[in-house]
Amino acid sequence: MFVWFHRLASPPFFYRFAEKLAPWLAWLSLLVILAGLYGGLWLSPPDYQQGDGFRIIYVHVPSAWISMLAYMVMASAAAIGLIWRMKLAHAVSAAAAPLGASFTFLALVTGSLWGKPMWGTYWVWDARLTSELILLFLYLGYIALNHAFEDRRTGDRASAILAIVGAVNVPIIHFSVNWWNTLHQGPTVFFGPKAEMPPNMYIPLFIMMFGFMLFFAAFMLKRLQVEVLQRERNTAWVRELVGQS
Amino acid sequence: MITALIERDLRLAYRRRGELATPVIFFVIVTALFPLALNPDPTLLRTLAPGVIWVSALLAVLIGQDSLFKTDYEDGSLELMLLSPITLEWIVLLRVFTHWLVTGLPLVILSLLMALLLDYPTHALGTLVMSLFLGTPILSCLGAVGASLTVGLRRGFMLLPILVLPLTVPVLIFGAAAAGRAAVGDTAAAPLYFLGAMLMLAVTLAPFAIAAGLRISLES
Amino acid sequence: MPVRVRPRAPSDELMIESMEQPDVLSVDNLNVWRGERCLCRNLSFRVSTGEALQVQGQNGSGKTTLIRVLTGLGRADEGEVRWRGESLRRNSEQYRASLSYLGHSNGVKLGLSPRENLAVASALLAKPIAHNVDVILDKVGLSTHAELPCGMLSMGQRRRTALARLLLANVRLWFLDEPLASLDVAGVTLLIDMLKTHLSGGGIVVFATHQVMDLAPYPVKSVMLGTSA
Repeated sequence: MFVWFHRLASPPFFYRFAEKLAPWLAWLSLLVILAGLYGGLWLSPPDYQQGDGFRIIYVHVPSAWISMLAYMVMASAAAIGLIWRMKLAHAVSAAAAPLGASFTFLALVTGSLWGKPMWGTYWVWDARLTSELILLFLYLGYIALNHAFEDRRTGDRASAILAIVGAVNVPIIHFSVNWWNTLHQGPTVFFGPKAEMPPNMYIPLFIMMFGFMLFFAAFMLKRLQVEVLQRERNTAWVRELVGQS
Repeated sequence: MITALIERDLRLAYRRRGELATPVIFFVIVTALFPLALNPDPTLLRTLAPGVIWVSALLAVLIGQDSLFKTDYEDGSLELMLLSPITLEWIVLLRVFTHWLVTGLPLVILSLLMALLLDYPTHALGTLVMSLFLGTPILSCLGAVGASLTVGLRRGFMLLPILVLPLTVPVLIFGAAAAGRAAVGDTAAAPLYFLGAMLMLAVTLAPFAIAAGLRISLES
Repeated sequence: MPVRVRPRAPSDELMIESMEQPDVLSVDNLNVWRGERCLCRNLSFRVSTGEALQVQGQNGSGKTTLIRVLTGLGRADEGEVRWRGESLRRNSEQYRASLSYLGHSNGVKLGLSPRENLAVASALLAKPIAHNVDVILDKVGLSTHAELPCGMLSMGQRRRTALARLLLANVRLWFLDEPLASLDVAGVTLLIDMLKTHLSGGGIVVFATHQVMDLAPYPVKSVMLGTSA
């Protein structure tokens, strides 16, 4: 098992592995998301306060969750790439960044859309939305730095440092934004675990989160394939692969 | 060794003192922009003063980061620092410290003048200065992390704020909150303690990130 | 390597140390890529005490990059560089204490005088300097200008300040990248003189230059970059 895991670090082996696994994950994620949406949009009752508007939670919360998961994946892969000098780890970081940024953006947009019927404005400086916004800036900074270098390896390693510094900062940022929010008693968009959520609400939510994770995994594998092809374009195995098709 | 390196930085700073005035002048100008852009009504200014001073100080510190490693990179001195048998993390910590002394500390002192311009209550000045005294070194450390990663880039200076500003949000929140609370008579102990904790964290961890960033930037 | 069949006695330590650590810079199968270009393919060589190595090649062939990789500043993609048997990847303090580097840029602060620059350089050495600063400045011909900020000196004089740095302490390895740049005829003679003295003391010199430097009677090995190795 461990040997197989080790072989995964080799780009050609990984490429073939991803090629086989990705479609399964993609279809599975589609099924799970559809199940979650059915549970959330049809089966669960409308909220007594917000009517049907709250249902956007089924997209907003999983997106926010994935956006943070993606950052952790990015930072961990960056650390692995720096410590063990694995090229594939840096490819994982580079692939996770735009994906994570997109999920962050989705979380912000859905949060904003939720805000309109709830509070009458498209944007509220609520703690979670503000944290998501800062997370988006962290992602954009990483992507900008990664592409700023002529030598790809240097770019990978420099942005790896940034990712790790960002990861250390993320809990501090969350804490400070929360603190700032309580200071000014702003509105809360998400009625979290503190409020009671009946099972017919949180079960579809967890199903959606699981579906989003599968989607993320499938998408990551595909992106990684592209990254690997790009980075290894001068090697024999890539030439052979491209020559075949 | 420590005194020799500090002496070097201070001597160089003194001989380039015109250049080092830039962040300070920037601080004053940006702070002055706010009343011009808004209503110069004293009550409004008083409410905004903590935030305005803090944002201006943050931006001024960022402006100052360019002079941290750029000249040393261009004339080859940075390479000599990396090749020294002395642990790079120490050299870097000293460098950031002296840099803060000449770019950050003047801001702390000048904030008194800015407080005057914005009608910030005099009884809270001590807290304002304390918040900046604790906060500007953290900002210097974070800025130095960004500077170490962008020093080799041609237009790294424009990239630096994008990389560093999100990381500085906690410092801004606690610093401005401390100054704000003191202005209305509340105790500012909590945010000041948080600033102190972040300062300890920054001083102990940032040198490692900065040194790693420098090594990577000078790799090719 | 000696086979240890009994516990080490102190005298054994000395003997084993001197046998395990000859002053040799060895490079094995070095591969250096920058972006798409391969600057160095499977490069191997050895340089020992009293030897000089000249890195030759056209502009842009990677001479500077190679020198920087050997100092530990630059990144090698594959292969090993070893000093006294210890790989450079360990980034040891020992290695950095054993070398002096003179790059394209002088490493000289224009805002400081030659004397002040040497003071900084000796602080960075972290060990007591071997020679008197005044003597060094005199040797490189800067005694009259020792107190002027280097910004006011000519390019050649700034280069000499950088050369003075090499004389501060007795280090084994000298890495010089285009050392003759900006030097006048007297400067070139000074440099060659310095190199010969260094080599005679058991030092090693690795330098990159277009011109051929005559360091007789010391052997000058040569590595050519840019052609297929």
